Amino acid sequence: MFRPTKDGGASVWLSAGEASLLRTLVVPVMELLGESTRPAMPVSVLDELESLLEADEPQPPQDPVLARLLPDAYPDDPEAAGEFRRYTESSLREAKKYFAQTLLDTLPQKGGRVKLTGEQARDWLRALNDVRLMFGVRLEVTEDFEEQLAALDPGDPKVAAFEVYGWLGAVQESLVQALAR
Amino acid sequence: MSVAPAEVDLPRSADETVPDKPWVTIVWNDPVNLMSYVTYVFEHVFGYSRPKAEKLMLDVHHKGKAVVAVGTREAMEHNVEVLHGYGLWATVRQDK
Repeated sequence: MFRPTKDGGASVWLSAGEASLLRTLVVPVMELLGESTRPAMPVSVLDELESLLEADEPQPPQDPVLARLLPDAYPDDPEAAGEFRRYTESSLREAKKYFAQTLLDTLPQKGGRVKLTGEQARDWLRALNDVRLMFGVRLEVTEDFEEQLAALDPGDPKVAAFEVYGWLGAVQESLVQALAR
Repeated sequence: MSVAPAEVDLPRSADETVPDKPWVTIVWNDPVNLMSYVTYVFEHVFGYSRPKAEKLMLDVHHKGKAVVAVGTREAMEHNVEVLHGYGLWATVRQDK
């Protein structure tokens, strides 16, 4: 698990399996964030203008994971929420993809030592958190996820997902502790 | 060289004398985010001390939500954007 480094960063040793698991989990989050909520590219400038003028305020994403990653800023005011989304959603998507890319770029292909600067470590924290949010929404986890896991039939395919979710939490916890020193 | 424009008395709107109610940033409880992580985010994003960050995190955890910052609407919207980057469930509203 992560340990603090002298320069305010953190380092960890990952097995080949752990590195490959992280890669496998981060990629779908990036793909999800890459999907635009906007309709396909307008065919002409005029169409574009028309769609700009007629466009309703952007709506929260349909996908429940995306809706959690990109939540409404004004829960009781759809108009203000849409306005906020219009100005911030695409940069938030880009920011989240950037954090995920930092994780992918610093992950050794075949496992080994990962040494992160403070900045990179905070990108990792956010990327790991987005992956955990994805699991959280899909598995409908509660604060007592260990009880949820214990209640599952051993043959339930969800068991492995809960175990990965637990492991991600432990990795993230160790990274928080390394940075919070 | 340019000349500064002459000062013009703009008409004052009726509600100008009413002081604006401040805006607040609210963070809501979430089953996924780690308590240590939420504390770290409050320390790092707002520059709060560890005890203050922990108290706010516990308020979120036990009461379901907490006001974590007060200020202008612009500043609160900026906070929300940063907190969404960290995956916290944050919202803005004008204080009641």
